[in-house]
Amino acid sequence: MAHNVEKDDVTGIETTGHEWDGIKELNNPLPRWWLWTFYACIIWAVGYWVVYPTWPLISSHTKGMIGYSSRQDVVDKIAEAKAAQAQYLDRIEVASLADIRADTELLNFSLAGGKSAFAVNCSQCHGQGAQGFVGYPNLNDDDWIWGGTPEEISATIHYGIRSAHDDTRYSVMPAFGKDGLLERQQINQVVEYVLKISGQEHDEATASEGQTVFAEQCSSCHGDTGQGLHDLGAPRLSDAIWLYGGDRQALRETVTNARFGVMPDWTNRLDEATIKQLAIYVHSLGGGE
Amino acid sequence: MNSTLTANRDSGGAWIMGVLFALGSIVSLLWMAKAASPELAFHAFLFFAFFTLGCFVLVKRHYDMAESPAVPVTGDDVGYMDGVIRAGAIASTFWGVVGFIVGLVIALQLAFPVLNFDLPWTNFGRLRPLHTSAVIFAFGGNVLIMTSFHVVQRTCKARLAGGLAPWFVFWGYQLFIVLAATGYVLGITQSKEYAEPEWYVDLWLTIVWVAYLLVFLGTLWKRREPHIYVANWFYLAFIITIAMLHIVNNLSLPVSLTGAKSYSAFSGVQDALTQWWYGHNAVGFFLTAGFLAIMYYYIPKRAERPVYSYRLSIIHFWSLIFLYIWAGPHHLHYTALPDWAQTLGMTFSIMLWMPSWGGMINGLMTLSGAWDKLRTDPVLRMLVTSVAFYGMSTFEGPVMSIKAVNGLSHYTDWTIGHVHSGALGWVGMVSFGALYCVVPIMWNRERLYSLRLVGWHFWISTIGIVLYITSMWVSGILQGLMWRAYDSLGFLEYSFVETVEAMHPFYVIRALGGAVFVAGSLVMAYNLYRTMRGDLRDEAPFVGAPVRAPQAAVAAGE
Repeated sequence: MAHNVEKDDVTGIETTGHEWDGIKELNNPLPRWWLWTFYACIIWAVGYWVVYPTWPLISSHTKGMIGYSSRQDVVDKIAEAKAAQAQYLDRIEVASLADIRADTELLNFSLAGGKSAFAVNCSQCHGQGAQGFVGYPNLNDDDWIWGGTPEEISATIHYGIRSAHDDTRYSVMPAFGKDGLLERQQINQVVEYVLKISGQEHDEATASEGQTVFAEQCSSCHGDTGQGLHDLGAPRLSDAIWLYGGDRQALRETVTNARFGVMPDWTNRLDEATIKQLAIYVHSLGGGE
Repeated sequence: MNSTLTANRDSGGAWIMGVLFALGSIVSLLWMAKAASPELAFHAFLFFAFFTLGCFVLVKRHYDMAESPAVPVTGDDVGYMDGVIRAGAIASTFWGVVGFIVGLVIALQLAFPVLNFDLPWTNFGRLRPLHTSAVIFAFGGNVLIMTSFHVVQRTCKARLAGGLAPWFVFWGYQLFIVLAATGYVLGITQSKEYAEPEWYVDLWLTIVWVAYLLVFLGTLWKRREPHIYVANWFYLAFIITIAMLHIVNNLSLPVSLTGAKSYSAFSGVQDALTQWWYGHNAVGFFLTAGFLAIMYYYIPKRAERPVYSYRLSIIHFWSLIFLYIWAGPHHLHYTALPDWAQTLGMTFSIMLWMPSWGGMINGLMTLSGAWDKLRTDPVLRMLVTSVAFYGMSTFEGPVMSIKAVNGLSHYTDWTIGHVHSGALGWVGMVSFGALYCVVPIMWNRERLYSLRLVGWHFWISTIGIVLYITSMWVSGILQGLMWRAYDSLGFLEYSFVETVEAMHPFYVIRALGGAVFVAGSLVMAYNLYRTMRGDLRDEAPFVGAPVRAPQAAVAAGE
């Protein structure tokens, strides 16, 4: 093998004497810096093995000098974070919503915690700024379907809307068109009336016919003037705020087929202190009653 | 004499192959009739078409051979089997362009979700594996098979072993690609990353891959050189390890022989570990060892310089092989994987740094005495730049495997950026360089159609890569920092959707980088096409380029 060894003209280094398809190899040594860095990496790795859990044994593994465990590490860090918040959380847990709001320190803590919990749990439907979307209420305004006091908001969070919880908030508006409760003409009339009481452009004659229909079919829940009723979860119709849209077509759709939005109950998903913080945060958004 | 023998042996194998193909087409026809879903019936039809067409080709070849049985003897007094390499060059270019375009589509989908079109077949979830498989297995795989067939023949001075087997490997592999790709779009997947094809496609690939291994080993066995060249060590390591990884990770039980669905033999954390043992070594042995083999042949060949250090090549080869196989668990830091396995994965990744860099040193230092060629040969520039990207991503990899760094980088776009600096910069560029070397040789052309266009391709690709990886670094680190941001009272600062929103500009820049990269690959495809046709562009040579005998003619042994 060595009989073809020759010197490379350019570098003056000997070749190994091998040649394949015109390719030769120089007999350069391993670069020093490369070798020492390689050794350093190996030494570091061995050191790491001594300190941390590493090698599997028959029924266990080497534990390492400092007894590190990533699970214990997480448990400790969570406990540490909890401990740092405990001075507030312990008090929030037992205090009433009114007491929390009266205490500046607890109120500020709740607003921060509520904002964070809202971002993680609520923003998916209600929007990052709680501005809502079609079918998901805007929480910044003062138009509340089930009531906007801290206690009412807290109840909505606890039990949800049409959720699986026994105490859930539940309302059903009949599908007047689909179930044949109203003729198409009557639907058009009542829609025109709703346009009128919400201050929109409407046909006066049709709307006045719709007033009769409204009085017979709608006022028991939505109120005589369409002012809504929190206890039944009946939205106010006499303003410009709409959950599913307030134009002629959207209203016709609502009266014909009804709507059936849902919100989960959070009783078993969030702890009491978090729900309290959420209620206070949502209440603070601008429309709290 | 030699060539006649070869031809005779070829035809002996052809009879066996013909019988097997006839059996295959009957079985796949029956399978098509029994298939439990239209998607599977379609795949059975693809098998049927493959075997039946194969039978026709074999019969036609039998009659053609009766007229002229001899295989032409080319360079080195060896009847090299070059047709399959030509086919491989075309397939590599084609799948490369397809894979890059699908990548661009999904990059745009991430920036503008409306481009999912709300259709199951065009959904990101289905197109993403289409992209990864197209670039890794269709493009990368074809480049590896094609160059390995080229390199092993030239460095062993021997015709490919196995008669028609190399052609079976080539077409069998294309069938695998089509089965995998159509399966993803139609919704057939076993949901293992980079190993999505279902059990029957896995079985088919196993057959093809074992044939590939035998062809490669047989050619080494037949070699007329005393030693085995370093590139062939890397190719062999790649072929053997991929066979092992593929078989173990895909161990599964089909629900029924006439249904596509199967269940993995592993579950829970064992499944995760097996998957990442596979996944990381697909990177290590497919995308690293295989492409290092390409580097070890085409760089010294193109630079016309000896390989820098034989000793370094031995040490870094064995240390790379030994250490890489342990590194997979670093994909599962801070998961249900036991701590000891995480430690091993991390420490072996750190130790892997220098063995990886051994290849970079040998690649770059081979240029000593020929650095001036970078000014005049854009193909060599491409090959050398690929090695630089290789060095960068094999440093970044160990850094990201450190648990403290991984805690920030894991699940973010940083990982995507890291993968693409390796994939576009290293694998892509070294493949382009190899294609630019192979095509003129295989089509017996004096030189490429245009070196100027290679220069354009080089700069276009480099700009695309830089846009891609820098946007993903920024996006990934931003994302990681937003996820872990707390306010002074210990509450999370951001909602998840805010972090997604923050990614948007970077997704747009990334898609732009991808579009630029695609444009470069189209320039290459055009240049290679014109080279194959035998056109030469009348153009000014690069400054300082000495007029000398074209490399291509020398390498072809004319």
